[in-house]
Amino acid sequence: MDQLRTDIASRDRGGPAQPLLAVRDLVKHFGGRRAWGGAKAGARRGAVRAVDGVSFDVAKGETLGIVGESGCGKSTVARLIMQIIAADAGEVVFDGEAVGTRALDLTTYRREVQMVFQDSYASLNPRLTVEDTVAFGPRVHGLARRAAIARAHDLISRVGLDPARFAARYPHELSGGQRQRVNIARALALQPRLLILDEAVSALDKSIEAQVLNLLVDLKAAFGLTYMFISHDLNVVRFMSDRVMVMYLGKVAEVGACDVILRDPRHPYTAALLASMPSMDPDRRTTEAPLFGDPPNPIDPPSGCRFHTRCKLAAPVCAATAPPLADIGAAHRVACLMATPGSGHPQAAPEAA
Amino acid sequence: MAVVTDLGHAPALPARRIGRGYWAGVGRRLMRDPVAVIAAIVILTIVLGAILAPWLGLADPYRGSMLRRLRPVGDALYRLGSDELGRDMLTRLVYGGRLSLLMGLMPVVLAFVAGSTIGILAGFVGGRLNTLIMRTVDVFYAFPSVLLAIALSGALGAGILNAIVSLTIVFTPQVTRIAESVTTQIRTRDYVEAARVSGAGPLAIIRVHVLGNVLGPIFVYATSLISVSMILASGLSFLGLGSKPPEPEWGLMLNTLRTAIYVQPVVAALPGAMIFITSISFNLLSDGLRSAMEVK
Repeated sequence: MDQLRTDIASRDRGGPAQPLLAVRDLVKHFGGRRAWGGAKAGARRGAVRAVDGVSFDVAKGETLGIVGESGCGKSTVARLIMQIIAADAGEVVFDGEAVGTRALDLTTYRREVQMVFQDSYASLNPRLTVEDTVAFGPRVHGLARRAAIARAHDLISRVGLDPARFAARYPHELSGGQRQRVNIARALALQPRLLILDEAVSALDKSIEAQVLNLLVDLKAAFGLTYMFISHDLNVVRFMSDRVMVMYLGKVAEVGACDVILRDPRHPYTAALLASMPSMDPDRRTTEAPLFGDPPNPIDPPSGCRFHTRCKLAAPVCAATAPPLADIGAAHRVACLMATPGSGHPQAAPEAA
Repeated sequence: MAVVTDLGHAPALPARRIGRGYWAGVGRRLMRDPVAVIAAIVILTIVLGAILAPWLGLADPYRGSMLRRLRPVGDALYRLGSDELGRDMLTRLVYGGRLSLLMGLMPVVLAFVAGSTIGILAGFVGGRLNTLIMRTVDVFYAFPSVLLAIALSGALGAGILNAIVSLTIVFTPQVTRIAESVTTQIRTRDYVEAARVSGAGPLAIIRVHVLGNVLGPIFVYATSLISVSMILASGLSFLGLGSKPPEPEWGLMLNTLRTAIYVQPVVAALPGAMIFITSISFNLLSDGLRSAMEVK
């Protein structure tokens, strides 16, 4: 284990201060037609603006939680980082090197970053045994079959399954929690430094979910991993994350330290999400839905601040001006006009002289 | 690191079996299906008979007798009667299996190979190549398969080889379409994406993740084509586009015996019965295979 840990640590390049992953102005629009001429030639009309200019960093060794409603672009961000789909614009920088350049080609990059998918069943090939699934990645990267199987057995036991009982099984012979453990083992088989967990525990029963979360915490410490933890469940994100990024309709609404954001949310959307968490205290029941309606259509997102159509504190200026992601201190950043001094919102501070 | 202990809620499994692979399971389920087993036995009997025909102690399939023409079934000399040239029907039916099975199976085997290759390529690559291939396939679908087979055979000329070629051309688009649709489904599965994420090239993904999940359904579809192929092949021979007299072939025999239908209706119907029994056996086996392969 220690040997593996040193091996992972030895690949560090930029030192602890350099972000492991830096995402800059990532854009992905799906579908739509390219305009033929005119001022907007080349731009797409009627496209779903799934991710629309997202930037963030993931520091080495931290867990960044990403939350948001269905359709806010969380999973698209994950797929863009994994290079499963190509971004329309923006760049992904891994440990100081832009992905896809000569310094960091895709094959090398894919050893460093791995992903666990939400659907534990769909992400396992029904015709492969557990050991073959886990050993597939290392074999693709040139490890001999015998060594790959040995590593698979090691990882299967690391994720809490007995290789003697489980290595030769097929996915349909496993429970949901066991399958997700296999998926985690498969992702770890290439000894990545960054693990993206895309709703990795959302489909599990609550008791199994807790076990898998504990396993993830243990593995992170054991291998010195960095996590990007995507979920719609704020309780789970609170348990896992050091920092939280809240997304709304393809944009970052708020990002900052987990305890700060959950204690003192500055974006009305984050506040609404927090209010939507069921309270354990019977005297503090949620009596009124904090948010109404569905998110607006991402084909034609609202002007200005995208949240203004559902925001209780919206002012006329919100429909006109898109809020920048403003730094409000202590690495806490908010895209809300109320937090931007001099923005024109009645509750914003006057512009600093 | 403390290893989290096994949670022990695996579905209850019977004691570890030997050969627990997927195909072993399919074979086990197939053996439990009486209809499929009977169909398999019938096919095996016909195939073995056709292969071993010269060593079964049968009469000469080409030697006729002008004196003993169109004998009825149950005749002392000809157990299944004799045809319009006085040749032994039993012999000719057994020997006929050779050409009939060849012309029934070969086009399906060739179409399986060609159609799977083209279809998996189209499904896996997607995009414009897919459009190009699948629209070309659609052109073939514009013609009824019987008409297409006759037209191609007619254009290529009579003969067994040409009949096989034309039937292969008839079946390839159908197999291609199945292969394409199954592959397109598999391609977007998470496990294929996970394989791509682990840095695997397209060839490794196709070999490990696509073929294993795609060939089964295509194979089942192909077995269901065998009966169609046999009937079409017999039809071509009946029309004189396949095998030529005096070769024993069921379709051709049906044709030459059709004038005898009022004299010896049972004898005249025998080649048709063979075509019917063989093709329905292939269909029943294919059905059994389909249900045996359906696991979660």
